[in-house]
Amino acid sequence: MPDVRALLRSSLVWPVVALLALVVLNVVVNPGFLSVRLQDGRLYGSVIDILRNGAPVLLVALGMTLVIATRGIDLSVGAIAAISGAVACVQIAGSNQESAAGTAIVAMTTALAVAVLLGLWNGFLVSVLGIQPIIATLVLMTAGRGLAMLVTDGQITTVTNPTFKLVGAGFFLAVPVAVLVALVVFGATALLTRRTALGMLIEAVGINPEASRLAGVRSRTIIWTVYVFAAFCAGVAGLMIASNTSAADANNAGLWIELDAILAVVIGGTSLAGGRFSLAGTFVGALFIQTLATTIPSIGIPAETNYLFKAVAVIAVCLLQSPQVRSALAARRTTPSRAKAGAPA
Amino acid sequence: MSAGTAAARAETPAARPAPPADSAAGPVVELSGIEIGFPGVKALDGVGLRLMPGEVHALMGENGAGKSTLIKALTGVYAIDAGSIRVDGQEHRFSGPAESQAAGISTVYQEVNLCTNLTVAENMLLGREPRRFGRIHTRAMNRRAAEVLARLGLDVDPTSTLGSHPIAVQQLVAIARAVDVDAKVLVLDEPTSSLDTDEVRVLFDVVRSLRDQGVAVLFVSHFLDQVFELSDRMTVLRNGRFVAEHRTAEITQLELVQEMIGRELEVLERLDRQPADPAAPAAEPVLKVVGLGRSGELEATDLALHEGEVVGVAGLLGSGRTELARLLVGADVADRGEVQVRGRTRPWRSPRQAIDAGVAFSSEDRRAEGVVGDLTVADNMILALQATRGWLRPVPQRTKDELVRRYIEALDIRPADPNALMRNLSGGNQQKVLLARWLITEPRLLVLDEPTRGIDVGAKAQIQQLVAELAADGMAVVFISAELEEVLRLADRVVVMRDRRKVAEQVNDGLEVSDVLRTIAGAGESAVALEVVPDSEEAPRA
Repeated sequence: MPDVRALLRSSLVWPVVALLALVVLNVVVNPGFLSVRLQDGRLYGSVIDILRNGAPVLLVALGMTLVIATRGIDLSVGAIAAISGAVACVQIAGSNQESAAGTAIVAMTTALAVAVLLGLWNGFLVSVLGIQPIIATLVLMTAGRGLAMLVTDGQITTVTNPTFKLVGAGFFLAVPVAVLVALVVFGATALLTRRTALGMLIEAVGINPEASRLAGVRSRTIIWTVYVFAAFCAGVAGLMIASNTSAADANNAGLWIELDAILAVVIGGTSLAGGRFSLAGTFVGALFIQTLATTIPSIGIPAETNYLFKAVAVIAVCLLQSPQVRSALAARRTTPSRAKAGAPA
Repeated sequence: MSAGTAAARAETPAARPAPPADSAAGPVVELSGIEIGFPGVKALDGVGLRLMPGEVHALMGENGAGKSTLIKALTGVYAIDAGSIRVDGQEHRFSGPAESQAAGISTVYQEVNLCTNLTVAENMLLGREPRRFGRIHTRAMNRRAAEVLARLGLDVDPTSTLGSHPIAVQQLVAIARAVDVDAKVLVLDEPTSSLDTDEVRVLFDVVRSLRDQGVAVLFVSHFLDQVFELSDRMTVLRNGRFVAEHRTAEITQLELVQEMIGRELEVLERLDRQPADPAAPAAEPVLKVVGLGRSGELEATDLALHEGEVVGVAGLLGSGRTELARLLVGADVADRGEVQVRGRTRPWRSPRQAIDAGVAFSSEDRRAEGVVGDLTVADNMILALQATRGWLRPVPQRTKDELVRRYIEALDIRPADPNALMRNLSGGNQQKVLLARWLITEPRLLVLDEPTRGIDVGAKAQIQQLVAELAADGMAVVFISAELEEVLRLADRVVVMRDRRKVAEQVNDGLEVSDVLRTIAGAGESAVALEVVPDSEEAPRA
């Protein structure tokens, strides 16, 4: 029994339960939901679709997790994704070897370099000038789409390049490349934060900035780094989105992805107040968001109501994480006779 | 600035007119038998206070003596459980600040509660603006404000934005606002804590002119010199009880401090610690500061810290003890003076620079400036060492485990679980973890600000023992504590702070609490303070 209770107290349990509940709902409505079939050396199925379409959100959410752990937030990731896609597509379209692999690689490298530059800008505003993160990144959130428009001349730039197409829509060993890329970045982030001291220092800065400063932590460098990392992740996500459609859409690429990412982080149990973060939680959170978005139309509810369901999900998760509700639930569990005291969430 | 303070002290005896005799006029406010309890604590127990018109009355006591609670009873913020509040002989029961204000009691709090984006006049007349045709009569408002400011002898443009003035002027505007309500009683809660010497001067002139106009002023301040300069009468509280009421002219600073602390000048038993080798100070100091200071926080200070020596810092709260510590370790940036590490001047603008030079600092505010609550004990211990290595070079897990295990054992940290969350530990154990955090960095100088505050007796003794051992092993230690016995038990030298200045530096060759108390209370009271101030003459002043 004590193990069950410890499990219930772990922050990962509720996101997993929520995800499983969604999956069960889908299986009930559509018994073939979990089936995956191999065709032409590629995996197909609802689950694979969810993983592939969820890859950009997962990437952005990884960067967002680290930013939020430092008590920050990055609203500009959607715009950065759009800029990254725009830079890559315009460069490929403008090349005289439009379908060459080299062209795609150069273009994607340039796009990621631009994303990193934008991250440096965000980090500069937050860590050097001391502007509140929500304001500092709002600048690029609003101005960034304009930048993307400038890059694409206001046109939807379409490209035909098989190498570029691979990133968002291709398969490697039967698995979508986008999923592989997301998993590799996820693994690299986990290693980077948990095998070096970066994760611990990020958490220390997020939990108690003044104590960290007095302990000699270079919090400015740390904060700067996480904004650059978030922008890099957004850049990769932007490449995936553009590659999937073989086009750069400055207006709609990565639109509201920052909100999905924040949602994934919060559902995953990382507090917006900063401090301890959970990459595994973010992983589950991103899957939850994507599954929810897929579930709603498939059970016959109009897709436009998607946001409403997301809102309900957020409220439920936040309630489950709030200390008041948790202690009420705990009281309910330990003393069933006084069940009236604890309001079920 | 020091000239200003000196002048202030010189004029003190002459500037104070004899307070009117008790019989001349009855008290305008009389509190008696006030009791206020909070769950589990009796904050005030039978406290009395009399305020005379045309007098400045100081309310004195250590932290937690009940000063703030008493003020809040007077201003109607807290309801009283027992006792009576009389204003002009009439009994009142205040159920809110508005009623107290209506009775003629105005309060200016430590933090200025005004709107910095409004003009001076708007702030002064906020909520009672003169009106014409239903609209605010701006001209009349500015005129009215100008009159009040002139009455206080303040040269401030009523139409200027409040935020464009320094805090000191804002404070004066707050007083002007309070006075304009035809206050019979003005309560000033720590009005000088963020002002520099000249600004204090202006504020005192204003308070004196109000006093001469017949206002009863209640003045709360940690600065003894200021209290003695300004007040006519004082009431001393201790542990929520009334201790005494005095005419200021009839009590010395030493007697006052004794009453506040509640200790007779008994002789304390001598302690087991061996003083540092007298030859040692000849060696080059680990850290030396020359003329180090920061405007409004610490006047230029000289101090040399040697290997194997414990330097105790004594002084009342607000005397500059903590400010000195923070400048020594780069937590605040000095605006004058320099820092020398082993004879070489070093830039000293961040804690990191100090840490790299082998200086460690344990802050008095453990919760806000030390504990990283949601990390484990192990992570908290390793934090400073990890910070110096940078994030790319994590402390190897094996080294980390071993260091953490060693310090948990050596400092007897409980629970002895490296993975316990820091916030779940008791204060004493948290303090030990923080000490371990610094000891792991193997510092040459350890600055401890109130390392034993709020922790139980056993842990306290262990920490004192540790400090003695560290010094014996050659570390230089600065030990700051409000408890004089503790300072004297450990220190080889004692630095005494008063009014944000170092006023004395004494070798602890059998110093007694009474000696230090006398120095804390004031230079005029004894010869002890003049005895030893070695470095101050040779130091060039900024």
